[in-house]
Amino acid sequence: MRGPLKLQPKMKSKSVPLQEGYNFAYLDEGTKRMIRRTLLKAIAIPGHQIPFGSREMPLPLGWGTGGIQITAALIGPDDILKVIDQGADDTTNAISIKKLFVKTTGVQITERTEKATLIQTRHRIPETPLKEGQVIIYQVPIPEPLRFLEPREPETRKMHALADYGLMYVKLYEDISTHGRIATAFMYPVLVHHRYIASPSPIPRFDNPKMDRMPALQLFGAGREKRIYAIPPYTTVKSLDFEDYPFEIEKWDQQCALCGSRESYLDEIIKDDQGGRLFVCSDTDYCQQRREKGKNASPSEVVAMKAVRRKKGDETT
Amino acid sequence: MYVSAKGGEKAISKAHEFLAEVRRGDLSIPELTVEQIRQQLSLAVDRVMAEGSLYDPELAALAIKQSSGDLIEAIFLLRAYRTTLTRFGVTLPIDTTRMTLLRRISSAYKDIPGGQILGPTYDYTHRLLDFSLLIPSEKGEDQKVLKCEFSTQGEPFARVLEFLHQEGLVESGHSGESETVQDLTLQPLQIPATRDLRLQNLARGDEGFLLSLAYSTQRGFGYNHPFIGEIRVGEVSVEFVPPELGFPIEIGKITVTECEMINQFKGSSTHPPCFTRGYGLTFGHCERKAIAISLLDRALRTREFGEAQEGPAQDEEFVLMHSDNIQASGFVEHLKLPHYVDFQAELTLLRNLRKEYRDPKGEGEQP
Repeated sequence: MRGPLKLQPKMKSKSVPLQEGYNFAYLDEGTKRMIRRTLLKAIAIPGHQIPFGSREMPLPLGWGTGGIQITAALIGPDDILKVIDQGADDTTNAISIKKLFVKTTGVQITERTEKATLIQTRHRIPETPLKEGQVIIYQVPIPEPLRFLEPREPETRKMHALADYGLMYVKLYEDISTHGRIATAFMYPVLVHHRYIASPSPIPRFDNPKMDRMPALQLFGAGREKRIYAIPPYTTVKSLDFEDYPFEIEKWDQQCALCGSRESYLDEIIKDDQGGRLFVCSDTDYCQQRREKGKNASPSEVVAMKAVRRKKGDETT
Repeated sequence: MYVSAKGGEKAISKAHEFLAEVRRGDLSIPELTVEQIRQQLSLAVDRVMAEGSLYDPELAALAIKQSSGDLIEAIFLLRAYRTTLTRFGVTLPIDTTRMTLLRRISSAYKDIPGGQILGPTYDYTHRLLDFSLLIPSEKGEDQKVLKCEFSTQGEPFARVLEFLHQEGLVESGHSGESETVQDLTLQPLQIPATRDLRLQNLARGDEGFLLSLAYSTQRGFGYNHPFIGEIRVGEVSVEFVPPELGFPIEIGKITVTECEMINQFKGSSTHPPCFTRGYGLTFGHCERKAIAISLLDRALRTREFGEAQEGPAQDEEFVLMHSDNIQASGFVEHLKLPHYVDFQAELTLLRNLRKEYRDPKGEGEQP
């Protein structure tokens, strides 16, 4: 009836049967090249949003198609992919995205942060620090950090071009005058490489400090809004603040009910009808690894691990 | 201990099995065939092709079947398939004056050369439920239905607006913009947009959204004195020039709906008063949408004519950035995805703000 696109034979996986009729990683090679060119431009101008010809994907727009397109453009048969949503490897949408790549590439999937070459994420940066050579790909709903202050694209484009960010600082100032603090809990704007204000995507501001001078390459894809931006490794990323109102991150009174962590970002779980709550790590891999280590760790190791984490915590606050 | 949307793999596959079961419905009822949908739900098929931007009635019917009749879901399926297809070239512009007409009306003139052709239309039907359709008709009974088409047989049917143009009463149909047509599906839409991109955007835009915006112009939010110069529905041939041949060959026929709107323009210091145009074209038989597009096409020309922007329908960025139902449904429905992390961040912030409100001296720091 209609000619299906040919699969590249060398990409054939040994174990998983690949989806017939589609190219390796779904997108055709021309589209992948277009995306990679956009990525190169984005990396060359850190934090600057580059328009790109975003395609329809088999997942809905707004469900991570920007990240999926970047992953599809970068992924090769030897890559090891990790996909998380809300920090967790087993949330429904993360599973669905992984399935798409398993079906169309047959690459190896991992939950271990340190083993992954590509990490696609929605709303979190893993607690385990990323290394050189890794790539973290953020799914971005609204790439324009100024959008909720100015709905018009030509206006915000102008503001970026002139580095005219007064509006953003006024907003932060108004927060302080109304609430006594900057009332932005997630998608907290950052200044990249002293030049462009960018959206970190809707990660909690708890994760913002991890972006600064990160050894891994950070890529941001907004499929519906058709924008890509990037933060190259070891780039300065500063969360916006004022000298007398410095940026600060969320803290909990509680610790993770599963692994006991006091340093990780916690999800709140309602246990029962009486409103009883418990808190667990949002990063499931981090939590799992801590639990495994905890089982075998000698008391001295536990003390050492705690000391290391405390030190790390001091640096980030 | 706790159950949530986590641990999804098994749940997803079970949910999809459940969906397949629900889609099939009662097994004692025969399964719908794609051909039945294509034949008997042809207007749904046309809408899915138009907004899916892919002319393929069979695949559109398949998408409708697969989506249990959820047309936006069907459009999405078709779009996601379309995007994987190789583009091997661009056809010649279709010539709608050489259309094999199914329907053609003008509401500006009582009679037009070639005549008014009503064709198959729901206009003038009384919207009374026809209970006789509850029982499928006997085989063969439907044979009496007329199959009539008005072929142009060589001599083209001139457009109604051409008569006005000959008198200089209406602006030329050629915008004078560049001849290379851009492709909205390959490039990101930039505002301000050229007219080719605007018309492409409207052609694949959501029918309901465009309809309501067009309606708003009629109710005074950017009013523009519209008259339907002409609507024509029918088959046109699609021609392509293969580089190795160097001359056009017909590669197929498609049904399209074309609407040309006549609108008023007061004139300016450089232009005498004349009628202006709004244009709408869709795949398939989609009159409501073609009319809406032509109203919006005209409404969005405020910059060109130096008109005041008074209504949302005249706001290019507002209309073009929100017309696509695949973009819109994707983002609106993504709210179903987990947002625990952001919600937790907001919750923590709100608790801190409330704590400070109650105890301003406590600095809001938690122990």
